[in-house]
Amino acid sequence: MVNVMIELKDVEHLAGLARIAVSDDEKKILQHDLEEILAYVSTIKEGVHGHTGGTGNTQRGLGELHNVMREDSEPHESGIFTEDILAQTPVCEGNRVSVKKIL
Amino acid sequence: MTLNIKQLTIKQAHELLVTKKMSVLELVEATLKEAEASRGLNAYLEIFDDVRTQAEVAQKMIDEGCATFLAGIPFAMKDNILIKGKVASASSKMLENYVATYDAFVTKKLRDAGAVFVGRTNMDEFAMGGSTENSAFGVTKNPHDKTRVPGGSSGGSAAALAAGAALAALGTDTGGSIRQPAAFCGVVGLKPTYGSVSRSGLIAMASSLDQAGPFAKTVEDAEIIFDCIKGHDPMDSTSYPDNFPRKDFKKPKVIGVPTEFIRAKGVDPRVLQNFETALEQMKKAGYEVREISLPSLALGLSVYYILMPAEVSSNLARLDGVRYGYHADSTNLLEDYMRSRGEGFGCEVRRRILLGTYVLSSGYYDAYYNRACAVRETLRDGFTKAFEEVDIIATPTTPTPAFKIGEKSQDPLQMYLADIFTVPVNIAGVPAISIPSGVVEEGGSKLPLGIQFIAPNFMESALFAAGKDFEKVRDSNII
Repeated sequence: MVNVMIELKDVEHLAGLARIAVSDDEKKILQHDLEEILAYVSTIKEGVHGHTGGTGNTQRGLGELHNVMREDSEPHESGIFTEDILAQTPVCEGNRVSVKKIL
Repeated sequence: MTLNIKQLTIKQAHELLVTKKMSVLELVEATLKEAEASRGLNAYLEIFDDVRTQAEVAQKMIDEGCATFLAGIPFAMKDNILIKGKVASASSKMLENYVATYDAFVTKKLRDAGAVFVGRTNMDEFAMGGSTENSAFGVTKNPHDKTRVPGGSSGGSAAALAAGAALAALGTDTGGSIRQPAAFCGVVGLKPTYGSVSRSGLIAMASSLDQAGPFAKTVEDAEIIFDCIKGHDPMDSTSYPDNFPRKDFKKPKVIGVPTEFIRAKGVDPRVLQNFETALEQMKKAGYEVREISLPSLALGLSVYYILMPAEVSSNLARLDGVRYGYHADSTNLLEDYMRSRGEGFGCEVRRRILLGTYVLSSGYYDAYYNRACAVRETLRDGFTKAFEEVDIIATPTTPTPAFKIGEKSQDPLQMYLADIFTVPVNIAGVPAISIPSGVVEEGGSKLPLGIQFIAPNFMESALFAAGKDFEKVRDSNII
C-alpha cells in the first residue's frame, strides 16, 4: 500500500472547503481515516496487470452515460408548489427565503 | 382466516385478494400486527397514519376488477424515497423534519398500481454505510439475530420484509445497499441496470451509481415489482427510453465465476463452501459453470471509494440549512453553513464529504478522480468481454454473514470491505440480484447467506430465469 500523508491543517482546509465545522477531536480521527482510506484507494494507480486503465474505446454502448436534454416546456401552473416549498425553509419572509447579509 | 404473513408471497396474496378470500384491510392489519411485534428491531422509522385509507383505495381497485399484481400489497419504503406529504429524512438529523413535496417516480408507479405504503424504513444516513449503524435514529437489528446488523444501507427495508412487517420493500443500491442487506436478512434483492428505473425523487447520494430496486421473498415477486417500477422518465436524464433496442431474452446457460477474485483474503471459508454448493446445485439444474478471469474486479472498491465520495461531496452541497433541513444559527452566513452542516450531518457523512473534497481538489484530481474514471472504463470493458463468453456471472453477495453490531463501526475501511463483491456491479452499471443460498450457524443463530448473479445491461430477465432455477434446486436440496 502507498503511504499517504495527511496533516491536521489539510483536514482543516478540507473542512473549510466543504463548509463543515469539525471539532478538534474529530480532526485527529479524520486525519487517520483519510490517510488509511487514501492509501487503500491508491491501488488504482498501479493499474490492472499492465493495463493503464481505459482502452481508448470511445464507442458508447448500452448503459453508458450520454447527455440528454429535456424540452423546457409545459411548465406547471405558477405558484402551486410555493407554499409546500416555503414550509420547509428554516427562515422565510413572505414568498422569499431569508439569508444573512454577506456585505 | 389465519395468515402466515411471514411466508406469504405477493403472488399468493394477489390470488387471495382477487378471489375475495382475503380483503386488503385484513392483509394490512396482519402486516401492521407484525410491524408492532417487531418494533424492537427498529426497522421502521414511522408507520404511516393513512395505511387503512390506502387499503380502501386498493380494495376499490380490486372490487372494480382493475387490480394489478401489486394492488393492496403492503410495502416498506426506504427513508430516502420521496412520498408526497410524508417525511423523507434519509435517516439524517439534517432532514429529520423534511416533508416531501412530490412523489418519487417509483412511488408514483407503485401508487398507481395500488400498493399500500406501510411506513418508511431506517437506513444508514444518506445511504452511506453497510450496517444501518450510521442512522441518526439508532441501529436496526437483524431479525435472525438481534445482536447483529441487518446490513445496509437499506437495512430497515430488508429487516421489515424478513420480519413479516411488509410483503415487499423498496431500497436504493449505490454500492450494494440492496443486495448486501438482502443477503444478511435472507431475502431477495435486485439492483436493476443503471438507467432502467428512474432516480427522480430519490435523495441523491452518488448519482452515477444510485439505483432503486426491490426486496422480495422470491425472485418472482422481485420481478413483479421491477416490472412495475421500471420505465422511462423524462425527469431523470439518465433514464433509458422504453423503445431502446434491447437484446431478446435468451435463457442463460453458462455461469462465469471469477475464482481468483472470490478467493481473495478476508472471505469467510463458510461463505466459499456455501457458494461452491450453490454452483453444484446450478450444475444439477443444467447450467455450465466456467471459470473466468476479470482482474479489474479487484480494483472495484478503490474506484468506488473515489467516485462515490466525489459525487457525495457535490450532491450534498445543497444541504446548507437555507432552503430546507437543519439550520444552526450563528454570527454570519458562512458560520451558519459551517455549523448547520457540521451539526446536521453524522460522522460517516462528514468523513465522505471530506474525502470527496480531497479527491476533487486541484492537485489530486488527476491522480484520483480522473484515474478512477479511467479504471471504471476498464472494469466496464472487462464485464463486456466476460459476457461474450458467459451468460451470467456468479459471486457470493458478501464475504461474511451478518456481523455483530459495533464490530466494524470504528473502522471505516473494514466496513467498506464488506461491499467488495457488490460495488463492481454499480461501477459497471450492470444488473445483479442476491438470492438466499443457505445459512451458517453461529452462536445458536442461523445467519443467512446470499448468492449474487450478475447479467449484462438490461438483461434482468436472465437474472430472473437463473434465480428461479436456483430457488427450485435450492429448495429441493439436490446435492
